[in-house]
Amino acid sequence: MAEIVLDKVSKSYRKGDPVIREIDLTIADEEFLILVGPSGCGKSTILNMIAGLEDITSGELRIGGERMNDTAPQNRNIAMVFQSYALYPHMTVRENIAFPLTIARTPKNEIREKVGHAAEILELDGFLDRRPGELSGGQRQRVAMGRAIVREPQAFLMDEPLSNLDAKLRAQMRTSISRLQKSLATTTVYVTHDQTEAMTLGDRIVVLRDGVAQQIGSPEDLYERPANLFVAGFIGSPTMNFLPGRVVEGRVQTAIGALRLGDEVQRDMAAHDTEREVIVGLRPEAFEDAEFTGDEGRLGFDDTVDIVESLGASKLAYFNLDEPPVSEHLKSVADVTGGRDRFGTAQLVAQIDARSRAREGSRLRVTFDPHDALVFDPEDGSRLGHLV
Amino acid sequence: MTAKGDVKSAERRLGWLLCAPAVVFMLLVAAYPIAYSVMLSFKRYDLRFPDEQGWVGFENYATVLTNQFWWDAFFVTVFITVVSVAIELVLGMGLAVVMHRTLVGRGLIRTVVLIPYGIVTVVAAFGWFYAWTPGTGWLAGMLPEGSAPLTEHWPALFIIILAEVWKTTPFMALLLLAGLALVPDELHRAAAMDGAGRWKRFVRITLPLMRPAIAVALLFRTLDAFRIYDNIYILTNGAQDTGSVSILTYTNLVSGLNLGIGSTMSVLIFITVAIIAFVFVKLLNTGAPGSGGRR
Amino acid sequence: MTGKRIQWTVLDVVVVAFALIPVLWLTSLSLKDPATIGDGNFLPSSWTFENYVNVFTDGAFLRPLVNSIGIALSATLIAIVLGTFAAYAIARLDFPGRNLMLGAALLVAMFPQVSLVTPLFNIERSLGLFNTWPGLILPYVTFALPLTIYTMSTFFREIPWELEKAAKMDGASSFQAFRKVIVPLATPGVVTAAVLAFIQSWNDFLFAISLTSTERSRTAPAAISFFTGSSQFADPTGSVSAAAVIVTIPIVIFVLIFQRRIVSGLTAGAVKG
Repeated sequence: MAEIVLDKVSKSYRKGDPVIREIDLTIADEEFLILVGPSGCGKSTILNMIAGLEDITSGELRIGGERMNDTAPQNRNIAMVFQSYALYPHMTVRENIAFPLTIARTPKNEIREKVGHAAEILELDGFLDRRPGELSGGQRQRVAMGRAIVREPQAFLMDEPLSNLDAKLRAQMRTSISRLQKSLATTTVYVTHDQTEAMTLGDRIVVLRDGVAQQIGSPEDLYERPANLFVAGFIGSPTMNFLPGRVVEGRVQTAIGALRLGDEVQRDMAAHDTEREVIVGLRPEAFEDAEFTGDEGRLGFDDTVDIVESLGASKLAYFNLDEPPVSEHLKSVADVTGGRDRFGTAQLVAQIDARSRAREGSRLRVTFDPHDALVFDPEDGSRLGHLV
Repeated sequence: MTAKGDVKSAERRLGWLLCAPAVVFMLLVAAYPIAYSVMLSFKRYDLRFPDEQGWVGFENYATVLTNQFWWDAFFVTVFITVVSVAIELVLGMGLAVVMHRTLVGRGLIRTVVLIPYGIVTVVAAFGWFYAWTPGTGWLAGMLPEGSAPLTEHWPALFIIILAEVWKTTPFMALLLLAGLALVPDELHRAAAMDGAGRWKRFVRITLPLMRPAIAVALLFRTLDAFRIYDNIYILTNGAQDTGSVSILTYTNLVSGLNLGIGSTMSVLIFITVAIIAFVFVKLLNTGAPGSGGRR
Repeated sequence: MTGKRIQWTVLDVVVVAFALIPVLWLTSLSLKDPATIGDGNFLPSSWTFENYVNVFTDGAFLRPLVNSIGIALSATLIAIVLGTFAAYAIARLDFPGRNLMLGAALLVAMFPQVSLVTPLFNIERSLGLFNTWPGLILPYVTFALPLTIYTMSTFFREIPWELEKAAKMDGASSFQAFRKVIVPLATPGVVTAAVLAFIQSWNDFLFAISLTSTERSRTAPAAISFFTGSSQFADPTGSVSAAAVIVTIPIVIFVLIFQRRIVSGLTAGAVKG
């Protein structure tokens, strides 16, 4: 059990820019930390540096207070679960799980006991004498987990351990991993590109982009107080709606009407008396069909519904707005979230009650709580504050 | 802190170090002799007249290239190569399809065809030799009374080609099989849905996608066939104008002991093989864009 | 469905006949007695092992057989060791000259051996290697190297090297990771390459008759071609066919045991090439 500290850790290859830029991160003992971001953001590189599988170019890595930069991976007492599971195909499940103990020359009966225990926790009892090739994806994943937990390491590193499973199994395994981590109380660093996994599993989440930590915080922080457009767009599904706006005399002019700014954000905006461009962010789930809310204390608009999708528990209503917001930061969000594929229209998505009578082609009034609206700076992408 | 550059250069050094022994072998046993051969080809060097050594320029080349025996052997070699590779391609393709698609005894078939591939060529050649020997052979017995095919030019060439085809078709088939396995089954189903019959699918889908595999198989086999030696040595030893360039070179070595002339022929064979390889690689490369899609 | 099965069975039978009849013919010939050996029948009318007994008792074959085994095994061993080094470097390390190495190997594989006969004959005579085991082992290793390098580098490339990392994370040292994880996974590739290299060396005839002059180092295929028939019967047919069957036995055994590996080894290099 140990605390892991990354102190201004950078990584660059011989040619080109650094892939990791001065990451400062303290992972508390027993914490479950998620590294999340689009592919190429450097999350796996960070994990590999903690593991010792990649060199650290500059900065310091400490595990349990000890400098680890030059320690070989086998001497760090850290276990890792790989995306491909990396099970040894020539060994049985039992031998795979026992491998770290065999290497450590653990006495035979102790190995048997520990492997048995791990197999029991992971419900692998019946498969111990099979080879990895004879197992299903979920079983292989559990063998990989077994190999990691059996030697009671200082920390677990998991590199997208669920990405090779189908959706249903992934949800199940997510819960099991969460439960397992709580019961073992071992520091865990978990890499994923899936924001749902990040939100459901982590005590804290690091959102990475191009080797830079965009925000480090609890799932609630990231959801309610995203530091910038990238985090706002990356976290949450469906993706947050972004509307271009112009601040004129304490109001933001947008395609869904003029929204009054709260006093606080007005005060924060240094140039509140001159006109300036902003981007308003509204999560789809902030909206509701006006039929169920009334207009009391809420803002709203009505427009023609383009498409309605039923999710069972709720409905998604799509509106076409006049013009999309312009910001370099939004482009990169769109690249990551697949927003580019929305056929270039400026869409607004509202997640509304399943009982709503919204129809494609007919008009619908939706409302939202102004407290849920965020205001961003289109220039540097940072969050200026809440609307109210 | 280890700089990344050190790791890289260490890796480079290790790479060279690990390749070095193999390179030394190939240089000493292949590159050096061929260079030595080039040198000898410009010399008079006859072991029967060891005192008469000296530089003669292109005289040896003139001697060889104006010699009827050389050209006979050259065209016999070309003939055997072209005919046997052509037959092998057709048979090999059929064999590959059988190995790929058969519903019965796939393992058996794949095992059995390895026998001709693995068998010692000389052994197989003896099998054919006795089979066609009048009196002794079961195949000769099927021919009209008094015929001795191995003592006549065309029948002997035919038997040499038969022996060569039998021995090497499995290898051709395995190379083609590998290409065949790369054609996704889904494409066949799609083509069938598009209304293509079995033959159409083979010609329009399978063959174009197999083009790289076919080209590689042809290259391997053509170069291999061009060095044909063992089969001819056993079956006719070059009699009745059935000798290949390899047979001629060897005969010159043991009976003539004329190393200057022998080296000249070695160099000429090497150049011919290089030209064949070059032409093939050119064709392969120009064919690549149309047949690409992999990788 | 049954119609299809019958169709394929017929094709299979044709293929099997095509592949086996020449071998069966030699075997049958080797089992005929001297009186019926010239009768031209495919099957022997009376069976005898006399030819096999003769081949081993008159001495002209035993020594070459030993030579063949010794030389082919030595060449295979050396080629495998050197080939493994080179293939590992090609598959796993990043160094300039990697493609050059593969190109050189391909060049050697395509090399007309006869071009080497004259120069090697002369070089080996002056170095005292002519008519010795090393005199044959050298060219055999050289021509087995391309094969082993291609086969094994394809094989090495397919090993999931993440396992090496996994083993290190499990606490294994680099050497332990190599010995416990990589070696067991690489063994099939090494075996495949070894079988192919052995078959190739075992098969050679041209070098065997050019670079040897006596039984001291003459290999079995060369010796068979020099059988003139022992004193009791002028016709060597029986001895030749018996000897031929004997040198075919190892090949048949290899094919039966390593069928899958030989197929994958032969095709691996070609497809990627």
